[in-house]
Amino acid sequence: MAKITFVTSDGERTTVEAESGTVMALAVENNIKGIDGDCGGVCSCATCHVFVEPEDIETTGRASDIEEDMLELDDNANEYSRLSCQLEIDDSLDGIVLQVAK
Amino acid sequence: MKKSEFPDPFEKARETTGLGEMDDQNDPVTMLLRHKDVRKTAHNWKTFQSGAAPGRIVIPSEVHIRDTRQIPFEVDPPMHKEYRNLVEPWFKRPLQTEYQEKLTIQINGLIDTVLDKDNLDAIGEFALVLQSRALTLLLNIPYEEAQTWISWGTHVFRSEDTALDGDKASILYDYIDAEIDKAIEYPGDDLYSVLLNSEVDGKKLTKEEVKGVMILTFAGGRDTVINAITNTLAYFAEHPKSLDRLREEPEIIGKATEEFIRYFSPLTQMGRVVTEDAQVCEYAAKADTRVSLCWASANRDTKVFENANEVVLDRKINPHVGFGFSHHNCLGATHARQIMKILILALTKKVGTIEIIDARENIEELGDFKRKVGFDMLKIKILAIKN
Repeated sequence: MAKITFVTSDGERTTVEAESGTVMALAVENNIKGIDGDCGGVCSCATCHVFVEPEDIETTGRASDIEEDMLELDDNANEYSRLSCQLEIDDSLDGIVLQVAK
Repeated sequence: MKKSEFPDPFEKARETTGLGEMDDQNDPVTMLLRHKDVRKTAHNWKTFQSGAAPGRIVIPSEVHIRDTRQIPFEVDPPMHKEYRNLVEPWFKRPLQTEYQEKLTIQINGLIDTVLDKDNLDAIGEFALVLQSRALTLLLNIPYEEAQTWISWGTHVFRSEDTALDGDKASILYDYIDAEIDKAIEYPGDDLYSVLLNSEVDGKKLTKEEVKGVMILTFAGGRDTVINAITNTLAYFAEHPKSLDRLREEPEIIGKATEEFIRYFSPLTQMGRVVTEDAQVCEYAAKADTRVSLCWASANRDTKVFENANEVVLDRKINPHVGFGFSHHNCLGATHARQIMKILILALTKKVGTIEIIDARENIEELGDFKRKVGFDMLKIKILAIKN
């Protein structure tokens, strides 16, 4: 079980729990503002952009090349950017904090 | 060849030069065929602009039949962002549960009326009807209005024999003018009224700007959605096991939707006008000429997609450009995705098999290439599931 905290662009913090699935799907299920997940998680829409806290980036890993190509579209993207559809939930993600980009 | 097979006519050119050439009303187009070039060029709005003369980035060009600028589609940053931010929340409404429930009722109802019907016209009696009714939700106007649009037939712009038809286009433009005037007189909670009441840069949208958004909404989502629906029906007809699989694994319907959009690529390409001499894929693009972003070719690029010519229903990584890419990605994509997802789910629940009775392909002539984009005619029988 992993507890994941989302912080939306208007500062609202929501902590939710899950055992599996993607972080994007978890966010959509919990109506986290700013994460639409339009394409359902196949890396074609970039509507699930989050910033990982610098101290958590080792845990989540950095964006893959395909993710980076999508993230380039967002002027605000940085080295801590991830598409949350590419973050698979497991126990290792317990406690991470994700800032929603949009 | 199977009727639901959509060959890739661009393969050889994509792998050798990466380019294609076509003429279009004496304003030739250099087609960019590789995924990487298409995405890079789509992102570079300064050199490859959308805000040229209205209609010029569309292929075939609509310069001679349209003066109204489509918004935000034919506007470049930074103004583009102002318009896009204005309309985007409205076009994200399909993510709401209530919207999806209404769409589900529409689609279930339509399928029920055509089940087991002999010689069903998949385009005129199904796809067009579905698309038109769904559009009433997107515009938030009465359901009955769909009948008007259905009566226009499948192509608002296109005739069977000529690529462009000014008379048909004016049916749409005159209709939109009249609807805007109605909304001025009787404001409501429809898209026309919302736009008329909106401001960009501190100024109320003009009638012409509202018309620009409305033309985009009508035209961008008509042939494309109709082709996506019709092609999907043809696919399931010839791949009954795929329908069975989605019945058993409804959780992959989202992925299947993306894969159908990639494979069918309902919009073949979109143009850009070159603003300064530039280089793309070793091609010297001259200022004031046109290039096109060939989504259909990029979506079959084997450098990005394994088994690119196959439909892989649960393709996990699918960075397709079927809804375009970058600033100008499809505004109606959220609506289109919901149509596809809800349609596929409804088919898995109600339909056993689909038979193709007769078909005539719709082939686009694109210079050196001939591309099948859909059907001019598709007669089918949709058989109800036997419990």
